[in-house]
Amino acid sequence: MSNSALIKSSIAKKYWMALTGLFLCTFLVGHLLGNLQLIMKTGEEGRRAFNEYAYFMGHNIFIKVLSYVTYASILFHAVDGIMLTIQNKKARPVNYAYSNPSANSSLPSRWMAVLGTLILVFIATHMANFWWKMKIKEDVPLHTYKIESEQQIPALAQQTFYYTHVPTIQPLPKDENSIMEKGTELFIKGSNIKIGEGYRDLHTVVIQFFSKSNSSALFGVLFYTISMIVLGFHLWHGFASAFQSLGVNHAKWNPLIKALGKGFAVIVPLLFAIIPILIYLKS
Amino acid sequence: MAAKTINITLKIWRQKNNKTKGSLETYKLDNVSTDSSFLEMLDQLNEQLINEQKDPVAFDHDCREGICGMCSLYINGRAHGPDTGTTTCQLHMRMFNDGDTIYVEPWRSVAFPIVKDLVVDRSSFDRIQQAGGFVSVNTSGRTMDANAIPIPKADADKAFEAAACIGCGACVATCKNGSAMLFVGAKVSQYALLPQGKVEAKDRVLNMVRQMDEEGFGNCTNTGACEVECPKGISIENIARMNREFLKASLTSEK
Repeated sequence: MSNSALIKSSIAKKYWMALTGLFLCTFLVGHLLGNLQLIMKTGEEGRRAFNEYAYFMGHNIFIKVLSYVTYASILFHAVDGIMLTIQNKKARPVNYAYSNPSANSSLPSRWMAVLGTLILVFIATHMANFWWKMKIKEDVPLHTYKIESEQQIPALAQQTFYYTHVPTIQPLPKDENSIMEKGTELFIKGSNIKIGEGYRDLHTVVIQFFSKSNSSALFGVLFYTISMIVLGFHLWHGFASAFQSLGVNHAKWNPLIKALGKGFAVIVPLLFAIIPILIYLKS
Repeated sequence: MAAKTINITLKIWRQKNNKTKGSLETYKLDNVSTDSSFLEMLDQLNEQLINEQKDPVAFDHDCREGICGMCSLYINGRAHGPDTGTTTCQLHMRMFNDGDTIYVEPWRSVAFPIVKDLVVDRSSFDRIQQAGGFVSVNTSGRTMDANAIPIPKADADKAFEAAACIGCGACVATCKNGSAMLFVGAKVSQYALLPQGKVEAKDRVLNMVRQMDEEGFGNCTNTGACEVECPKGISIENIARMNREFLKASLTSEK
């Protein structure tokens, strides 16, 4: 019985909610630290820092494994949450005509499923805007930083042939199929001639997305900010709740867990939201 | 303080039995003493209904001193009404004002089917208890001295606080998920904390949780509403303890 109990029972479902939820909290911290590079450095330096970070995130094997765990956690957290919600609705087929829940519980704690659904909608649009372009469509242009023999032929360094962004030292065939990408380096296919080095320019994609020149940027910034407020409410209850579900409830640690949870719920979404707002205001 | 009387309007759930649909009926009740308990007020209403040759309202009650766990009622959107730490029988009409409209509904849970009007069948709690909420003792007559086993005072106190649960079902009624985890958490805790209960701790938590799920109770989402509405002030610390016990038992039990 114990084997199935760890998957099917009502308490086990809560363990999984808590474990995936807390894992996703650590993911939020990592994601936030990366995003902060969008505003910590400006100009070319910021562009390079962010693009290098994006490259690292896409190619480091450890991060890759983590990213699959993250996708799985999001899906599991959502599916498990939906299952729990359906069961909970079934547990009370007839509702009260008069109910006063605010007398005994906090608003976020009662709205977790709705908040979670809104976050899922946000994640879908967020991934469509950035992740899809970067990982699936792969149409984020390359941005080069280092040109071989740049000093000798500076004029040519400004020429762009490839994806309109890569300056090269020698005229290249317009046919982009003759260029081979190897990590951040570009070669002429079938030869060892390195013609440039670059990163996918996710930085520009993000900046343009939230800049005033983009007609839907204001909507994007507003949607992002509202989503972060929703995330904040979700975390306001979720962070400390995860510990309770895992059985961590102790007079000595409860105040710390509650304070950490509330601090996390305010600071993390706030820092996330500041980034697109600043990009918009500065543009 | 001199007793005063109030006139109230009651909206009470009337339902013939589990097969029929119920509805809220409106009753006017005058000259209710503010010193009367909520149940005495319902007695007064029933006298009025009987005098009018109408079917009196069925509601559960027994000891009327807050210890038997029989009384229930969801009053103005709250289990056992607006007062804290009290059962409905301990709720007094002084908590209400003249001219108030008071909603009275039965506990709402798939595991507490309505018997009639405000009476629900809470035998699902009994079945959870029977699944493991006990300590097996032999009854040979050679009873052990209760004080022979040393128990830390703090543990004894916590076990006693958990054992204060009267099984009224307010936790289920108030939980937005209709979850029984405060009840089961309290029952699991009161034994898990004591050496006598530790012998059967693994089977107990696994069996009681399985029975709880089979009865159709919902899942805990840690809103904390149950501990606020519990007339005995049982803490959700007991739910956390049950979660720990369940994890331990699931991982190590050979069953």
